[in-house]
Amino acid sequence: MIPSAVAEIAGFCMQVTRTRDPPKSGRITATKPYPVHLMKNGSSKHLEVVGKPFRKVDASAKVTGQTKFADDIVLPRMLYCKILRSHVPHALIRKIDTSKAVAMPGVVAVITGKSLPIPYGILPVSQDEHALCLDKVRMIGDPVAAVAAIDEDAAFEAMNAIEVEYDPLPVISSIQDALRSPGSAHMDDNPSRTGGPQLAGENKEAWRIHGYGDHGNVHKMVALEFGDVEEGFKQADLIREDVFFYEGNTHLPMEQHAAVAQVDGDGKLCLWSSTQTPHYVHRALAKVLEMPASRIRVIATPNGGGFGGKSDPFPHEMIVSKLALLTGRPVKVTLTREEVFYCHRGRHPVLMWVKTGAKKDGAITAMHFRSFLDGGAYGSYGVASTYYTGALQTVTYKIPNYKFEGVRVFTNKPPCGPKRGHGTPQPRYALEVHLDKIAEQLRLDPVAIRKNHLVEPYSLTSNYLRVGSMGLAACIDKVVTASDFKNKFRNLPYGKGIGLACASYLSGAGLPIYWNHMPHSGVQLRLDRQGGVCVMCGSIDIGQGSDSVLAYIIAEVLGIDPFDIRVLTADTDLTPVDLGSYSSRVTLMTGNAALEAAERARDLLIRAVSEKMNIPATRLSLSGGRLFDVENPETSISFAEAVQIAEARFGTIGTVGSYTPPPSAGKYKGAGVGPSPAYSYDAAVAEVEVDPRTGIVRVERIWIAHDIGRAINPALTLGQVEGSVYMGLGEALMEEMSYRTNRNVVHKFPSLLEYKSPTTLEMCDVKTFLIEDPDPNGPFGAKEVGQGPLLPVPPAIANAVYDAVQVRIDEVPITPDKVLSAIQKRDEKQEDEGESANGGGTGITRGVEEPHRYGPKSVPEVDWPEPVRVKPPWDGGTGKEILREAVHARE
Amino acid sequence: MRKQITLRLNDEPRTLEVQPNDILLDVLREKLGVKSPKIGCERGDCGACTILLDGKTVRSCLILAIEADGHEVMTVEGLSRGSLTPVQQALLEHNSFQCGFCAPGVVLAATELLGDNPHPTEQDVKEALSGNLCRCTGYQSIIEAIIDVQEKASKSL
Repeated sequence: MIPSAVAEIAGFCMQVTRTRDPPKSGRITATKPYPVHLMKNGSSKHLEVVGKPFRKVDASAKVTGQTKFADDIVLPRMLYCKILRSHVPHALIRKIDTSKAVAMPGVVAVITGKSLPIPYGILPVSQDEHALCLDKVRMIGDPVAAVAAIDEDAAFEAMNAIEVEYDPLPVISSIQDALRSPGSAHMDDNPSRTGGPQLAGENKEAWRIHGYGDHGNVHKMVALEFGDVEEGFKQADLIREDVFFYEGNTHLPMEQHAAVAQVDGDGKLCLWSSTQTPHYVHRALAKVLEMPASRIRVIATPNGGGFGGKSDPFPHEMIVSKLALLTGRPVKVTLTREEVFYCHRGRHPVLMWVKTGAKKDGAITAMHFRSFLDGGAYGSYGVASTYYTGALQTVTYKIPNYKFEGVRVFTNKPPCGPKRGHGTPQPRYALEVHLDKIAEQLRLDPVAIRKNHLVEPYSLTSNYLRVGSMGLAACIDKVVTASDFKNKFRNLPYGKGIGLACASYLSGAGLPIYWNHMPHSGVQLRLDRQGGVCVMCGSIDIGQGSDSVLAYIIAEVLGIDPFDIRVLTADTDLTPVDLGSYSSRVTLMTGNAALEAAERARDLLIRAVSEKMNIPATRLSLSGGRLFDVENPETSISFAEAVQIAEARFGTIGTVGSYTPPPSAGKYKGAGVGPSPAYSYDAAVAEVEVDPRTGIVRVERIWIAHDIGRAINPALTLGQVEGSVYMGLGEALMEEMSYRTNRNVVHKFPSLLEYKSPTTLEMCDVKTFLIEDPDPNGPFGAKEVGQGPLLPVPPAIANAVYDAVQVRIDEVPITPDKVLSAIQKRDEKQEDEGESANGGGTGITRGVEEPHRYGPKSVPEVDWPEPVRVKPPWDGGTGKEILREAVHARE
Repeated sequence: MRKQITLRLNDEPRTLEVQPNDILLDVLREKLGVKSPKIGCERGDCGACTILLDGKTVRSCLILAIEADGHEVMTVEGLSRGSLTPVQQALLEHNSFQCGFCAPGVVLAATELLGDNPHPTEQDVKEALSGNLCRCTGYQSIIEAIIDVQEKASKSL
C-alpha cells in the first residue's frame, strides 16, 4: 500500500478558510496551486506539509495557558529586583546614597553604575548604554540603581529609599531643538538668536547628550545619490514637493519584559529572558560582565509579543545577572508597564521631505528624499534605522535617479529603535501619499500610476537592491478588483472614501549586526533510533510561529508528522546561533538552514536503506512516517526502522544546516542597509467613513494582498497579515508616544488605557489575499510576512480620508482633531472667497490649487554632507561609489 | 497583620495567609502557583489577568485576595482537565493565538460569554472581548473561533 500521507496528515490540518463572508470563496486565495517542489537532489515530491494550514506546534500550550513566559519562572531562594530610574530628563548624577536601602529588612544587595561600568549597545558603532547610569542620566526612566530583596515589596521599599542628587542639564525635546542646540555644526552658538532651546549660562558640552556622534546632538547624518537627480528633474513634466510627519509609537507587547538570572553550581551564569535576540544578549552580557561567553548561557523564553521591542540587550538583563553573581541566588525582574514604555525602542518620529519629478504618464524621473529622525536618548539600532528611512523607496516603482539624505538626532526621550517595519513605514507613508497627490495632479488613475511603473522582477534597483520574485502587480489587481476600487474611487458620497497604497519589505537583513562572515542561521538535527527527531536552533518564537516553521520544513523533507518533532530553540548552550527574530528573517534564513539539515538527514537515511535493501536511492522516498520504494510501494519500512538502519551504518545520526545570505550587490558606504535575499510585496485598499462634524475616521474594511513567495503555512501567514493590518491601523489612527513639553519630556500616558490601541471594537474587517510567486532564495520559495503587510495600511487610510472629505492629512496618526482642523480651514476659506491662500498646504508646490491639509509646513535647514555618489547599474555602475576625485573632476 | 482566607481554586479548597493589601493576581501567581493569569498592566486595562470569580469574569489585578475569601476562583488551569473545552478547541483549530499571552484571559471571557449567550452575534463577541487587548492577531481569528463554537454545537445536535 502506498502510505496515504496526505490523508493521514489531514487529520492534523485545520480549516484555513475561516471565513464567514463571502461564504463560498475563502479569504485566502492563491494565484497558483501548490506545485511540486523540486528537491535539491533532482527528485520531485508533492508537498505534504508545506502549504497546508497546520496548527501551530505550540497552539495547545497557548489555549491551555501553559506556555511558560519569563515571569512565570520561579526558582528556589529567588530574589526580586527593582530598578530605580531617573525622574529627570537630563542631568549629571552628583551623588547616590544607598545606605538607607542597604540597611532595610529583606534587602540582599544594592548596586549602582560602579558595579557595571562597561558600556554596550546593539550596534558596534553605538556602544553608548550602561546597565546603570555612571555619571549622567539622559532621559526620564534611565536606570540609576538596583535592589535585590527577598520579595517584591521589600525591593520596592528599598528602591524608594535610595537617594540621588542631580545637577540638571539643558533638555533637548525635539528634532528642531537638537539641530539647533549649541555645538551642532553650522548652527549659531547662541540658541536664543536661532530660536533654539533656551537655558542661560551653559557651556556647549552641557547641551550634548552624548560625547560621540557626528556633531552636537546629531547622532548620524547620511547622504547618498544614485544617478543624477538634478538631471532627472530636468526631464520631468511635473515636479512636486511634499512634507510629512510620522509620529513615534511603541510596540506595546502584552508581556512586560522580564528576566531571571541564576548562577549554577559550577559558577556558570544562566539568564532566561523575554528577548528576540538571545545571541546579541549573550554577546553583550559577556562584554558587560567581563566574563567568557562560554560561562554564560542565555535562554530566550517564549516572547509574549515582541514586534521589535525586545531586540536590544536591556539594562535589566545585565542587572539581574550581576545581582545573581553577587548574591549567589537567582534574581528575577519584571518591568512594570510604565517601565516598558520608557524602555521603548519603538517607531522613530520622522519628519520627511520628498521631491519627485515625473513624466506625464507618471513615470518617475528622479526622487530626492530627506528624513529627520528623533532618536531619543541612545543609539540603539538608530544608525540602521536612519538608512532604512531611505533604503526601500526604490524596490516598488522604478526610480532611475535617487538621492537620500537622512539625519538622526539625540533627544532626552526614551530611545527609538526597530518596530515592525523598522524605519520603513514612515517613508512608505510619505511616498504613497505623495504619489497619490502626483497622480491627481497629472490626472492619472492611482492604480495606473503605480502598476505601470513597477520595478521588474529579478532586477537591480538604482541603489543596488537585488529584487527577486515580484508579485506586486498581482497584489494590486487583487485588491483593486475585490474592493471595486475603480467604481468607488472619487465616486463615493461625501464622508466616505477609498484609498490605495503599496509597499515592500525585507525577508531578513542581508548583513549581520556585527561584521563577520559566518552563517546567519544554524540548525542542528538529531534523529533518535526510536524515530524521534529533535531540531535545535537559536531562533526564538515571538508568536510569529518560527518554532512551527522549523517543524513543518523538517517534517516535509523527512516525511513525518510535524507534531512528532521536538523543537528546542533559543538556548545559547544547546542551539546553534541564529541571529534573532528581527528584520523578518526567520522563515527565510532559519527555514533554509532547516531545509539543509533535513535534506542531509534524509540523504543519510536513503543511502543506508538503499545499500541495505539494494534499491537505487533515486527510487526511495520518505512520506507519511515511512520510507518506501516509489516503484514498488508495497516495500516500505517505518521511519524509525530507517533511522536504525542508518545508525547501524553511519553511527549516531545528527546533521547540521546553515544559511548565509548572498553577498550584496552594492559596495558603497551605506550599502549594508537594505539588501535582503528576497522582498515581499503588498497592496492594500482601505475604505473609510469620516464624520465631517467630529473628524472621527472609521476604517470599515481593508483589502490586502501579500506576495509571500510561498506560504509555508497559509493559516499562520493569514494571522501575520491580519496582525500587521491591525498594528498599521493603530498607527494610522491613534497610537502615539506623546510627551509633556516644557523641558520635562515625561511620557503623557504610559498606560495601556490611555495609550490608545485598537480593541475588538475599533478593528476593521480584513480581506486577505495571498499571492504566491516563489522566490528562488526562500525555502520552498517562501518570503516574509511578519512586517510588510503593516506598511501600506497608514497611507491607504490617509488616501481614503482624502477621497472621503477632500482634505489631506499629512501627519500620522490621523486623529479627529487633525481632520477637523483641515475641514474647518477649508470651510472657512469657502465662506471667504476673498482669501487668496490655498489650503495652507505644503507651501512648496506652486501653480496649482492645493487641497487643504493638516501637516508640517517645512523641514529644518541642514547643511548636508557631500553625498556618496553611485552610478546606477544601467549606467555602467559597479555598485561601488564614485571616487571623490572623479566626482570633482566631472563637476 | 496577616489574615487567613479560604477559597476554592479550580474546585480545590485552599487556605492561606495573606496581607490585607495583597492583590489576588499576585497571590494566585506567587503563592498558589497558578500561572495562567498574566500580568499585563496591573490596573485593569488589558484583561490578561482575567479569572472567573463565582463564574463571572474579574480582573484579578483589581481585587484584593481577601475579597476572594469564601469564594470560588476558576482559572484556565481548572477549565480543562486533560481535555479542551469547546472554546479552547475552537481557538486551537482556528490558530487564533500567536504569542498567546492574552489567551488565558480571552478563553475565560469567551467562556463567560457563551455561558450567558450561547448564540452570540459578531457584535456580541466584539463587545464581550473589548476589554481583552491582543497585539498580535487583529482579533479576527479569535472572534471567528468563538462564533464557530456555537455553529459547531448546533451542527452536532
